Amino acid sequence: MATDQLSKTFAALADPTRRAILSRLLDGSATVKELSAPFAMSGPAISKHLRVLERAGLIRRGREAQWRPCELDAMPLRDVAEWAEGYRHFWDESYRRLDKYLDRMKEQGNER
Amino acid sequence: MSASTTTLTMASDEEIVIRRVFDAPRQLVFEAHTKPEHLTQWLLGPEGWTMPVCEIDLRPGGSWHFAWQQADGRKLEMSGVYREVVPPERIVNTERWGPEWPETVNTTLFSEQEGETTVTQIVHYPSKAARDAALGTGMMSGIERSYDLLDALLRKQR
Repeated sequence: MATDQLSKTFAALADPTRRAILSRLLDGSATVKELSAPFAMSGPAISKHLRVLERAGLIRRGREAQWRPCELDAMPLRDVAEWAEGYRHFWDESYRRLDKYLDRMKEQGNER
Repeated sequence: MSASTTTLTMASDEEIVIRRVFDAPRQLVFEAHTKPEHLTQWLLGPEGWTMPVCEIDLRPGGSWHFAWQQADGRKLEMSGVYREVVPPERIVNTERWGPEWPETVNTTLFSEQEGETTVTQIVHYPSKAARDAALGTGMMSGIERSYDLLDALLRKQR
């Protein structure tokens, strides 16, 4: 995944309302009205968040119906999850290697 | 030797802390973290990556530049500037993965107790939003419900 796309996804995820919207969409597609119900927010305010999510490629919106139901696109989400997991994994794997490398350094030190 | 685990915690709103204990004296662990000939042997992440670039100018104001590469062509790069260097106890440096990424200030502490060395990395983000975005933690509640669900969604979308 291109770094700039990942940045766009991160920027979209940085907002708690948008994360809550995505969380809701994990259960299935929903209309703007349904999505705005749990928030003390107007339809236009929610629509603004939806546009950010749409631009980040995190959701898709139906064209045919007037109420344009929103649907999650999990692909960029999965990339972010992989990245976060990858960060922890990166250090864990590196440190395992360092354990062995330090043993070698100690042995070399003793031989001197 | 018993295998130690790497812990990752949220110490404050803007920080993550990574901690690990090594069965080696502090001087050795510090050297392993600061000399390219050592770093390129272990700071490689998952299997399959090499580290063709490892430049370190270990002094306040000095810069560093690391780059990794995988056989399939994937690349990863990061760089920054050292702010504090106190061998063998403490390093403070900036870190950036690319122009689009938030710059973090990383403090690495090395403390020794009974021959074991604890390495603590404190990664400070410019804001909570930047940290949450970088780690995707805000999504964890959704993600905990889990990778299986996401996999199912992905399968459905294919």
